[in-house]
Amino acid sequence: MNQLPILPILLPMFMGALLLLISRSSMPLKRGLSFLAVVVQIPLAIALMGQASEGIEVYAAGNWVPPFGIVLVVDRLAAFLLLVTAVLASCSVLYAMRGDDNLGRNFHSLFQFQLMGINGAFLTGDMFNLFVFFEILLIASYALLLHGAGSSRVRAGLHYVLLNLFGSALFLLAVGTLYGLTGTLNMADMAQRIAELPEVDAPLIGAAAMLLLIVFGLKAAMFPLYFWLPRAYSAASAPVAALFAIMTKVGIYSVIRVYSLMFGEGEGPLAWLVNDWLWPVGLLTIVLATIGALAASTLNGLVAYLVVLSVGILMAGISLGTADALTASLYYLAHSTWISGGLFLLAGLLARTRGPRFGARIVPGPQLPKLMLFGGVFFLSAISIVGLPPLSGFIGKLMLLSSAGTGAKAGWLYTAVLGSGLVVLVAMSRAGSTLFWRQDAAAVPGEPVDALRMTAVILLLLCSPMMVIFAEPTLDYLNAASAEIFNPSGYIERVMSTQATNPGGQP
Amino acid sequence: MELLYALTLGILTMSGVYLLLRARTFQVVVGLTLISYAVNLFLLAMGRLHTGMPAVLGKAEEYADPLPQALVLTAIVIGFAMTAFSLVLALRAQGELDTDHVDGKGDN
Repeated sequence: MNQLPILPILLPMFMGALLLLISRSSMPLKRGLSFLAVVVQIPLAIALMGQASEGIEVYAAGNWVPPFGIVLVVDRLAAFLLLVTAVLASCSVLYAMRGDDNLGRNFHSLFQFQLMGINGAFLTGDMFNLFVFFEILLIASYALLLHGAGSSRVRAGLHYVLLNLFGSALFLLAVGTLYGLTGTLNMADMAQRIAELPEVDAPLIGAAAMLLLIVFGLKAAMFPLYFWLPRAYSAASAPVAALFAIMTKVGIYSVIRVYSLMFGEGEGPLAWLVNDWLWPVGLLTIVLATIGALAASTLNGLVAYLVVLSVGILMAGISLGTADALTASLYYLAHSTWISGGLFLLAGLLARTRGPRFGARIVPGPQLPKLMLFGGVFFLSAISIVGLPPLSGFIGKLMLLSSAGTGAKAGWLYTAVLGSGLVVLVAMSRAGSTLFWRQDAAAVPGEPVDALRMTAVILLLLCSPMMVIFAEPTLDYLNAASAEIFNPSGYIERVMSTQATNPGGQP
Repeated sequence: MELLYALTLGILTMSGVYLLLRARTFQVVVGLTLISYAVNLFLLAMGRLHTGMPAVLGKAEEYADPLPQALVLTAIVIGFAMTAFSLVLALRAQGELDTDHVDGKGDN
């Protein structure tokens, strides 16, 4: 049996445990091990992408065949998201190595456990297992968010923890209802059984599906469940906030996976039941996040609203319900994750360079060293996130808009996406001109610019031009991925036909 | 039994939601605990309510489903850890913010 699919879970798990055991040893050792463990995940994810391109890979944990055991399923979408996570995490660890990990002893092991939860959530093909991985990534994220002191962190953390605890309760209710009606937890098996259920059970299944939408919406920070995000993300330290950029995408991924597989084609009255909700919610999220971005008083607050904005655009894109729109959304997902992660890192670096008095607040500060470098990096990331040519944000938005076709929906989408683009452009230019061009003459600058931190920022932001240069292979891959998503029967057949290896043999 | 069970779940959830809306950290944590009790009982009920049935297929007409019990066990463990964490966090919030309001507002 091919053991590769479980490695993205096992590797961070064992590394996290090891780092706990050696938590009192020297920092360089812990940093080295942690960095090694995340960097290895990049070739691992690429290898899994290669495998997934040849067909969906199913890993039956403990050789328990589906639908009885837990399965890990590597399809193109899951492997792609593993790559997005691995790249983001590598740059975050690289940035954190220069001192952000010093505030608490267990930063790196918490970071690894969080990666384990994220990777597991992407890979699992079991509903309850999805809940468990959600909890793993949440527990690690609570601790990472509160990492280091500060009353604003405690306040933001309290909201975040309590909301997510309530979300977990709703998740369990939904999973329980689905289990009670279908008698299975395997997503593929559940999809088959939902299609065969009698008409009278449809309302209950629908209720469970909508409960799940609330849970995923809370994770993804869609309207009206996003209010915790800007505060939590702007209170977190820079590398943690950068890693959190992928956490909203875990919610988006779950929406795509669950609703296309279990409530997609051929599910009778329940087919595509959430798309009617995702559409207005996505548009409202875009509008409110845009207003928030305009009103933000700090650079990380601004970037946090840009994360919410990207969630709104993705929700609207997914709810269009066509393969082209999904391809565009996935492209935009990778772009927005990497660039907003890079912007969080940049904001952290800027705050250090400006000193604690100014931080990342959008007010004139001291004369910055290496102004050209700082300004140039900010400029490029800003035009990328706003969606101006020639960087990846432009391609993503262009594809999304052209996939909307013509009609009323396209009208709304054009207005929302282009309008928000204009307003974000204004917000970013205002932030940039205040931060880089205006100076407070009396101010004393903070720390000098750290080369390694700057490297991490630039590496992450380089993903944007790379996505443009390699747009064709990326899009080929993503087209195939969304074709797979829109053909759930292939996924179901592949999972359900999995055989135990060495059946009947002695261990 | 079903009615009693359903009423218990309802009362637990109701009390939990009421305490959540009190917006004081300790009450909120207790409220979340009550809700998680209700959720655990709900999960158990999803294996259908039986007494004295074997948990093995083929031994009797009906059987007790053992899977929800495994799910409940997992949910209890996770819920316990989460409650402990939120209590510690609530204590720290009390210390740092000098108030037990969830938004960190004072009493006046």
